[in-house]
Amino acid sequence: MTYLTKLSAAALRDLLISQEVSAVEVTRAHLDHISAVDTDLHAFLHVAGDDALATAAQIDERRAAGETLNPLAGVPIAIKDVLATQDMPTTAGSRILEGWVPPYDATVVARLRAAGLVPLGKTNMDEFAMGSSTEHSAYGVTRNPWDRDRIPGGSGGGSAAAVASFQAPLALGSDTGGSIRQPAAVTGSVGVKPTYGGVSRYGAIALASSLDQVGPVSRTVYDAALLHDVIGGHDPLDSTSLTEPWPSMAAAAQAGLKDGALKGVRVGVIKELSGDGFQAGVTQRFNETLALLVGAGAEITEVSAPNFEYAVAAYYLILPAEASSNLARFDSVRFGIRVNPESGSLTSEHVMSATREAGFGPEVKRRIILGTYALSAGYYDAYYGSAQKVRTLIQRDFASAFSQVDVLVSPSAPTTAFKFGEKLDDPMAMYINDVTTIPANLAGVPGMSIPIGLAPEDGLPVGLQIMAPARADARLYTVGAAIEQLLEASWGHTMLSQAPALTPTEMFASEEGAV
Amino acid sequence: MPKAELMDYDKALELFEPVLGFEVHVELNTKTKMFCGCANEFGSGANTNTCPTCLGLPGGLPQINKKALESSIRLGLALGCEIAEHSRFARKNYFYPDTAKNFQTSQYDDPICHDGSITIELESGRLVTVEIERAHMEDDAGKLTHMGGATGRIQGADYSLVDYNRGGVPLVEIVTQMIEGAEHDAPEIGKTYVAAIREIAKALGVSNARMEEGNVRCDANVSLRPRGSNVLGTRTETKNVNSLRSVERAVRYEIQRQAAVLHSGGTITQETRHWHEDTGITSAGRPKSDADDYRYFPEPDLLPMAPSREWVEELRLTLPEPPAARRKRLQAAWGFVNLEFQDVVNSDLLDAVEATVAAGASAQAARKWWTGEIARLANVAGVAGDSLVTPVQLAALIGLVEAGTLTDRLARQVLEGVIAGEGTPAEVVESRGLAVVSDDGALITAIDAALLGQPDVLAKIRDGKVQAAGAVIGAVMKAMRGQADAARVRELVLERAATIE
Ligand SMILES: [Zn+2]
Repeated sequence: MTYLTKLSAAALRDLLISQEVSAVEVTRAHLDHISAVDTDLHAFLHVAGDDALATAAQIDERRAAGETLNPLAGVPIAIKDVLATQDMPTTAGSRILEGWVPPYDATVVARLRAAGLVPLGKTNMDEFAMGSSTEHSAYGVTRNPWDRDRIPGGSGGGSAAAVASFQAPLALGSDTGGSIRQPAAVTGSVGVKPTYGGVSRYGAIALASSLDQVGPVSRTVYDAALLHDVIGGHDPLDSTSLTEPWPSMAAAAQAGLKDGALKGVRVGVIKELSGDGFQAGVTQRFNETLALLVGAGAEITEVSAPNFEYAVAAYYLILPAEASSNLARFDSVRFGIRVNPESGSLTSEHVMSATREAGFGPEVKRRIILGTYALSAGYYDAYYGSAQKVRTLIQRDFASAFSQVDVLVSPSAPTTAFKFGEKLDDPMAMYINDVTTIPANLAGVPGMSIPIGLAPEDGLPVGLQIMAPARADARLYTVGAAIEQLLEASWGHTMLSQAPALTPTEMFASEEGAV
Repeated sequence: MPKAELMDYDKALELFEPVLGFEVHVELNTKTKMFCGCANEFGSGANTNTCPTCLGLPGGLPQINKKALESSIRLGLALGCEIAEHSRFARKNYFYPDTAKNFQTSQYDDPICHDGSITIELESGRLVTVEIERAHMEDDAGKLTHMGGATGRIQGADYSLVDYNRGGVPLVEIVTQMIEGAEHDAPEIGKTYVAAIREIAKALGVSNARMEEGNVRCDANVSLRPRGSNVLGTRTETKNVNSLRSVERAVRYEIQRQAAVLHSGGTITQETRHWHEDTGITSAGRPKSDADDYRYFPEPDLLPMAPSREWVEELRLTLPEPPAARRKRLQAAWGFVNLEFQDVVNSDLLDAVEATVAAGASAQAARKWWTGEIARLANVAGVAGDSLVTPVQLAALIGLVEAGTLTDRLARQVLEGVIAGEGTPAEVVESRGLAVVSDDGALITAIDAALLGQPDVLAKIRDGKVQAAGAVIGAVMKAMRGQADAARVRELVLERAATIE
């Protein structure tokens, strides 16, 4: 049954609906593959195991009983550990939440369950989603399936690696400054950050409330659309959730497969997101993709977004400011670990302080201190206030660009996957890596990353970022699916079929043991 | 400072001019909390009214309670405030275990209500206008109980328990402008102002407004300015003064204490102070500077509010008559002297008396019953008088007395029956057989029996010893179980004694 793990969610859906395979078979195939490869890759922090099989068995029973189920019922999914799950530990990659099992499900998780998707487990991430490499997880790194010495991107490296290594056809991610799109780019998978307010944040452990957005991770644009349709839509528990109804993203993706879908589409290339600092192979694949688009009848224009140069600086004031407040609740009083001070009295203040000292990693502490400083009286206007003004300017840049074009494109990340440790000691180098993805979060517009080939110099995946105006997520799926189809036709295969085979060391070991 | 070291109040006023300011927190009586669907209920089991949002669990998010917004706007309108066209919440960041999120969701730059005023009347008849700077919305903290210490305070406690049922309950904080020119009336202004806020909140129905349950809490700011100076003195903020009398006492104490400190060459520390109800003094809390840094920033999890002008005007139409105006009108209509009227007001019986009068009773009778027998029974039962009997029931009872069907004594028995749930006054009269016996035939039968049963008494009466009739009257009243008019019985006894064979 190993072929089941190679299938897209859409293909699995068809087999499940026709009852050619059962949800238990699909789930077991994925669990087997996880135990074969994940000891090495470490995409998962928790694997649901028997619980996943029990969920799958229920789906099979209901389907056998003739119940009308959501089409995706029985398809497995991995969940980023930033989302509250009432039957699995939820740590956000932090020591401070080690072993914490929430008493509730995040809205997106509740929607997955209601649709009958089968949670396989929780995926690794940079602690509290702070990072671009998953190296800041308190529980160890996740390896990139394309090169095990390289980062899988971050903060959602676990979800991207799980999908890219066929451990799950779908995953949920969260994107505050690129945490879905950049891991997708460096692992050759697809990731979407929806319009701010398009998907509920209730139960997503907050990093920066005004930037965070939950979204789909998959191997195809259509699969991402199917998942988007399950998790999206208004949630009264999230006050920033948009109330209007959404069109079907799946239908939008299918529209992209029609002949001439790209004809007359106005594509804007952002001048500021190219050139210096972009790896040669990244630029090359990006330009080749533009040429393909022209061939398909799209109109390419260069547009300028002059304020994007301030985006990273503004982002690294707004994010730490909000994070410093959001992370204040981790105080050992109601949940999570509790650490007593080595000396001094056991006052709540001392215990709180000792817990935060032991429970938070260095990157989290760095950002809490930055944010606390930026919000301090006397500095607020200069830092947080100015950053909010930059945010408005960036929104204007987007508005002006979208008055000329239908979608904007750029490389998803300036480089392919870098090596472990390469940027760990230089926070600024790590921060600059998000230069391409941050503007969409600051403006609240949707963005998607799709694979567009391998960089010739290192053979690693390159991603294309597509952005659309707020609420025009459907446009991303149409254009994304069209480009994906063009590229695959030009290659004669899918991107991830080229990924190196993983050595299933653990599976051999267990087979030996079984003899 | 021991009371002996305080400066004499009159002397303090001779040397200094007190400057006041009040922050009054009004807890709203919405069904659910400010930012989540949990019950807003006093007295539930600890931590039962909680959810991920009000427990500050990772991933919890707030939603604005529209009813709380409505109540806040109505309260603001009743305080003569402007209602902001654009208002938003802000996070006030500080670490304390009773604050689940370690920030309070409050308002900073853009409060929902601002720039109002109310005029209060002191006992002397002096009118004082208190300017309101702002009234903003925020969520309450949980309740800490310090265990193991002798005093119940955090100092000396072994550990503390926290109940988050109150965490997230909606509050409106009403902040006054500086009140100058209070002079000798400063303590009374404090008491009267807080009483007025309480009364307005109650009249609007937006709060249960029970100070003893913490529905209305007052922080009192006091500073002294030396006579002849135009420089403000350093202020102290006495926190959580939770009864009207305490507000008065705390303000007076701080004036006397600060005057003593300043007069002896000391300085006042800008700080919060604790009020001690038992000893009637304040003690130092934590230092407080204007630079206290709460790192306020706009709450990103909530959208800004823009209450439409139409809605605000609709809400304005729902405002009840201002309590002070209503009192004036009712006292005039009822013709009560000040003492009588104050008795009703202080016993919180204005609504009850008004409703009883509306149900047909005379104002004086309504007042006598509510402040008399009903208050006595309520006191015994430890409940509020208006929970025992309805104004309509009382009006019916008063009607029976005025029609002569019941004597006052019988009416008290009927009231007991009504309270015991035996029905309306008329039904109780019927079922208990309590009406005055006005049928002479029944009385004559009883009188004749009594006279014939006591021939010696009969003889005395016939001899002109009229006072002997008392024994017969007593026997007859007893036979009638008290349900007879004693004067009529006396007449008939003398009549029958003369004619009976
Ligand atoms: Zn709650």
